[in-house]
Amino acid sequence: MFNFSIVTDWLHTLLLSFLPEWATVLTESVLVAVVIISLAAIFAMVLIYMERKVCAFFQCRLGPNRVGKWGLLQLFADVFKMLQKEIIKMRQTDRFLHDLAPFFVITASMITIACLPWNRGAQILDFNIGVFFFLAVSSVSVVGILLAGWGSNSKYPLIGAMRSGAQIISYEISIGLTMLTVICLTGTMQISEIVEQQYVEGWNIFRGHLPMLVAFLIYMIAGNAECNRGPFDLPESESELTAGYHTEYSGMHFGYFYLAEYMNLFISAGLATTVFLGGWAPLHIVGLDGFNQVMDYIPGAVWFVGKALFVVFLFMWERWTLPRLRIDHILTLEWKYLMPISMLNLVVMALVVAFGLHF
Amino acid sequence: MYYKDKSYIAGLADGIKSVAIGLKTTMRELFVKKITQQYPENRKELVMFDRFRGCLTMPHNEKNEHKCVGCGLCQNACPNDSITVTSEMVEEDGKKKKVLVRHEYNLGSCMFCNLCVLACPHNAITFDQSFENAVFDRSKLILQLNNPGSKVAEKPKPQLTPEMQAKIAAAKAAKAAKAAKETGTEGAEKSDDTPATKPARQYSPEMLAKIEAAKARKAAKEAAAKAATEQPATEQPKDVKPEETK
Repeated sequence: MFNFSIVTDWLHTLLLSFLPEWATVLTESVLVAVVIISLAAIFAMVLIYMERKVCAFFQCRLGPNRVGKWGLLQLFADVFKMLQKEIIKMRQTDRFLHDLAPFFVITASMITIACLPWNRGAQILDFNIGVFFFLAVSSVSVVGILLAGWGSNSKYPLIGAMRSGAQIISYEISIGLTMLTVICLTGTMQISEIVEQQYVEGWNIFRGHLPMLVAFLIYMIAGNAECNRGPFDLPESESELTAGYHTEYSGMHFGYFYLAEYMNLFISAGLATTVFLGGWAPLHIVGLDGFNQVMDYIPGAVWFVGKALFVVFLFMWERWTLPRLRIDHILTLEWKYLMPISMLNLVVMALVVAFGLHF
Repeated sequence: MYYKDKSYIAGLADGIKSVAIGLKTTMRELFVKKITQQYPENRKELVMFDRFRGCLTMPHNEKNEHKCVGCGLCQNACPNDSITVTSEMVEEDGKKKKVLVRHEYNLGSCMFCNLCVLACPHNAITFDQSFENAVFDRSKLILQLNNPGSKVAEKPKPQLTPEMQAKIAAAKAAKAAKAAKETGTEGAEKSDDTPATKPARQYSPEMLAKIEAAKARKAAKEAAAKAATEQPATEQPKDVKPEETK
């Protein structure tokens, strides 16, 4: 497999040859930021287009197909529309918090997207507590949502934000427990090592068989709840709360929330890909060496994005199948079902690892 | 997900099962042919559904005859005063008769409630499936529904429906049977189970009705054969009820 660190090392030495150390680091940071922001924007757009098409197809419709071929330019039209819109200022809102909130949400998404392993060596943030860091930072978006609800000084955003807070904090537990299950198997929290291990030993979902499959299913439910999507979209349930926590936002401030929602979707899918489906590791079947070699020729980035988009499709499938849950049902599902099951699952996984029953 | 009438495990299993059914359904839906109509492209082959109410029309037959007698019931039924019926009295063979002159319909104020169609006793008007009714001038929305030079179709004499004929024939047959019984011949014994003596022990009401109907049909056939000379072939004009207008 191609190691992307060759490129980054070459760039580093090139910059060092004519720049002092601090300037090199600064330049690299700026480059990385540009890459992250453009990646985030591109994937958010791809996902919004995909969401519209997949949703339409699930509902027996065609979806956007008028602007450009197959409606491909629809999204650019939407973005231009949103950029032109006025950012309204309301009286009696907490202006500072109101304007700050979208940046919290988008920043959390930007940092977490930097943790994803795009290819071997192509990972921006990688250190020994990777998964833990990932979970910690992704929780920052809750703060942004709560601030948005509070700062708007309006009842619908506040209700939406409170629901979102309750929901995200609850489902964080399930996500944490499923991640623990994975870490139990891998023995490391460093994302690059988790993927490297899966490249050698096979994807975790095959290695960890039954408990890993259960963990994956729980993650598929909790991940959707973390993104405020699917059957768990009652923080912004449009039929009751107009738009939930971003009711009072317009223009690009709303755009940030919208962008962050889809980035979070991609990040959720990316994390699922990383820990369950092998990140950039190609599909290897034991005994078929020729096949494995062919699979190795496909670049890791293609593997990663492909698998992530597949998981995104699963999320969308879930979203467009199930009706929205009531808040008490959501909390019941988490505290009475998902959490006990994932705890039990963790114990099963620990036993599997202890007795060496995994592959 | 949370059933009070089920145990924890049973409720969980039930929830998983129902979610799985839902996921299966949507996955199937993903691959079915999409129902979206792409309108301006498909206007050649686009057919609106039968009950669509486009524009009020008065169907004319090939002899340029319509069924409107100018009674004005549609005008009365219209909540928006979209219909104006102009009629005149003409004398024909010494009989005074109302004749439609102009049936004016304002598409612009019509709310497509279908009350005029329901009110019409002769099924003279109906809604068609056209929908490209936009024009540049409001005056063009006022339409005359009767073609120029058209006249009302000669209405065939009200015919008896087959059921009514059958009933009459049955009554006739019963009468004949009774008469035959009264004469007291042996041969008439056979045909003497008339409905009156029928309340038989083992027959269910449906069977009874069936038998009766069959008998009536037979009697009707006989009666028809007998009365073939005075009764022309029927074309059943009246059993098409308003709800079947389109």
